[in-house]
Amino acid sequence: MQWMKKDILDIQSLSVEEIGMILDTAENLKEISQRPIKKVPTLRGKTVILFFHEASTRTRTSFDIAAKRLSADSISISATTSSIVKGETLIDTVKNLEAMNPDIMVIRHACSGVPHMLARQLHFSVINAGDGTHEHPTQALLDMMTVREKKGRLEGLRVAIVGDISHSRVARSNCLGFTKMGASVILSGPPTMIPSGIESFGVSVTYRVEEAIRDADVIMMLRIQKERQGAFSFPSEREYAQLFGLNLKRLEKAKDDVLIMHPGPINRGVEIAPAVADGPFSVILDQVANGVAIRMALLYLVSGGKRNVDTD
Amino acid sequence: MSILISGATLIDRKSSFNGQRVDILVEKDRILEINPHKVQKDDLTGIEMAEGIQPAHRIINASGLWAVPGLIDMHVHFREPGFEYKETIETGAKAAAWGGFTAVCTMPNTSPVNDNAQITRFIIDQAARVSMVRVYPVAAISPGLKGEALCEFGELKSAGAVAVSDDGNPVTNNRLMRKALEYAKGIGVLVISHCEVPDLVGSGVMNEGAIATLMGLAGIPNAAESIMVARDISLSELTQTPVHIAHVSTRESVRIIREAKKRGVKVTAETAPHYFSLTDEAVQHYDTHAKMNPPLRAQKDREAICQGLADGTIDVIATDHAPHSVIEKDVEFDAAANGIIGLETSLSLSLQLVSKNILTIEQLVEKMSTNPSQILGLDCGLSPGKIADITMIDPEYRYIVNADTFQSKSRNTPFNGWKLQGRATMTIVGGKVVFDSTVLK
Repeated sequence: MQWMKKDILDIQSLSVEEIGMILDTAENLKEISQRPIKKVPTLRGKTVILFFHEASTRTRTSFDIAAKRLSADSISISATTSSIVKGETLIDTVKNLEAMNPDIMVIRHACSGVPHMLARQLHFSVINAGDGTHEHPTQALLDMMTVREKKGRLEGLRVAIVGDISHSRVARSNCLGFTKMGASVILSGPPTMIPSGIESFGVSVTYRVEEAIRDADVIMMLRIQKERQGAFSFPSEREYAQLFGLNLKRLEKAKDDVLIMHPGPINRGVEIAPAVADGPFSVILDQVANGVAIRMALLYLVSGGKRNVDTD
Repeated sequence: MSILISGATLIDRKSSFNGQRVDILVEKDRILEINPHKVQKDDLTGIEMAEGIQPAHRIINASGLWAVPGLIDMHVHFREPGFEYKETIETGAKAAAWGGFTAVCTMPNTSPVNDNAQITRFIIDQAARVSMVRVYPVAAISPGLKGEALCEFGELKSAGAVAVSDDGNPVTNNRLMRKALEYAKGIGVLVISHCEVPDLVGSGVMNEGAIATLMGLAGIPNAAESIMVARDISLSELTQTPVHIAHVSTRESVRIIREAKKRGVKVTAETAPHYFSLTDEAVQHYDTHAKMNPPLRAQKDREAICQGLADGTIDVIATDHAPHSVIEKDVEFDAAANGIIGLETSLSLSLQLVSKNILTIEQLVEKMSTNPSQILGLDCGLSPGKIADITMIDPEYRYIVNADTFQSKSRNTPFNGWKLQGRATMTIVGGKVVFDSTVLK
């Protein structure tokens, strides 16, 4: 199979074969990060711009490390250091960057659809590192990689995602990704956090977290954003923790080989008890490790896609 | 000069000639005569012509065309004063004439806001200078559209305002809205309401539902509109004053208005062509040309709008022509301005309702001319003695919409590239031909 896509915009536009190819490639590349000399010359001479309009530690560092392990030159720009603060429009900023002839732009933005808008106008590759409340495709890919690594498969698994689904791009990407790969997804949270029409993703919804957890092979807890309290989404963190938080007592009802995941950053004691986050079922740090491999795979695939084959 | 429109099919349910081929004689600014179409063959050329032609007549061969009372768009934004780079009164009036409209009502959210007689007079003076279509200013309900006090409706009306509205903003203060209706009743000026409950809209940028969820865009629920429609109907009953509901987009609003009309409440309503032509699926791919307020709704709402038009719940089709430049539209979806232009596509899109048998052509003419003129208290129609505001329509004309050829300064339309049938071929305002498609190209 030959990689054909110029951009990685969302899970929605990736086929089952493409997701499989990304996961396979990431598994192969993962070993590079375990070598004493963690660098290969694959992307020497390629320029990767990391354009982050929102705060990010994990994702930006992960992309930066991934680029460097493949010998690409990576440059980081954030909203506060870019000309956006001088009033330049996003399109103008990006067109200026394009004039410097980079190969890949990794973008995170608070507005949904920004990577799509840019990809339509740019000649180089765009990778979505999270757009508004739309999608976070690289997170879903590293989550699927982690589950496949631990369980040996994705098909037939039951994945529970618990928390503020309405405002979660991670939830959207994972709903689309896991169902595409043959897993079933059940969502749980208070009704104020379940967006209208989510059933059209092919997922089921329960307002009782116990029901979501009971037969789950994977439980993914989402971060509760404190600022949402002002939007009347929930009365207090205390009540949220009581009704939906994953603690040891609730964990007893889960399967014996359940995986506990969280995209981070975690609010200890709110959506997840410390004993669970740090416990034996947690694969939270495996997710982070696999993030580097997934991002290496994506940088590699979009650079080595068909359109570059002749020039390589 | 006199004009003889020869052989047009007259469409106007109020005329005894409705549906018949007629010859319409226009003298100066008025319709002088309407007679059944009679032909005589020119002995020399063999061309068939209307009888009784005088040499002084300008003959318009209108065979195959419809003659309808001049179309009125009671909801447009012409952006002058203040945002002339988007649209001026001149370019807006030209777009209106090209679209077959003989009159428009301009909303007051200019800069400065049309909340005083000087701005109202400025708009009327500019329109007179342009001398294209009739421009009826709608003045603000509250100074600065802030919803904190009443504008001077009396002076605004004497300056030429035909209605008042805070369009673009809702009047959220219920007491102010009540007083606006009561005060307007005394002055004799129509109140047009933009129905939107801001705290239900929140950060919403499109219709709430599966598509908004999939796209990760904040949704606007139908109730954000219908709650205020219900309020305005209650206030209209309380004050015994007519209220006109702007840009109806939801099935709930249609139901509430239908029920109120049945009870005899003096409520009238308009919708826009995009609400019966598109659904929120048009927003896919983050197309900012499908972003407007109220937003494009679901298929069920679109069907209810069509039903509301058919059963008379919705009286008027108005465009909400809202020009924006690329500065406002070629940006992040969340940051993009609301609104699309509509004057040059409205008639063709509305004619689809006729071809789909949702409306008869007579009903369509009522929605686009007779009803708005009645609601605004204007005197229009195709009969002798009336002002000669006439739109000629070629129902067979097929074309592909090309926004680059628009007269409007702006290009923000979701209908670019659409294949449409039927358009205005001539627009006559007060006996003067302001648009004639045969002299183009």
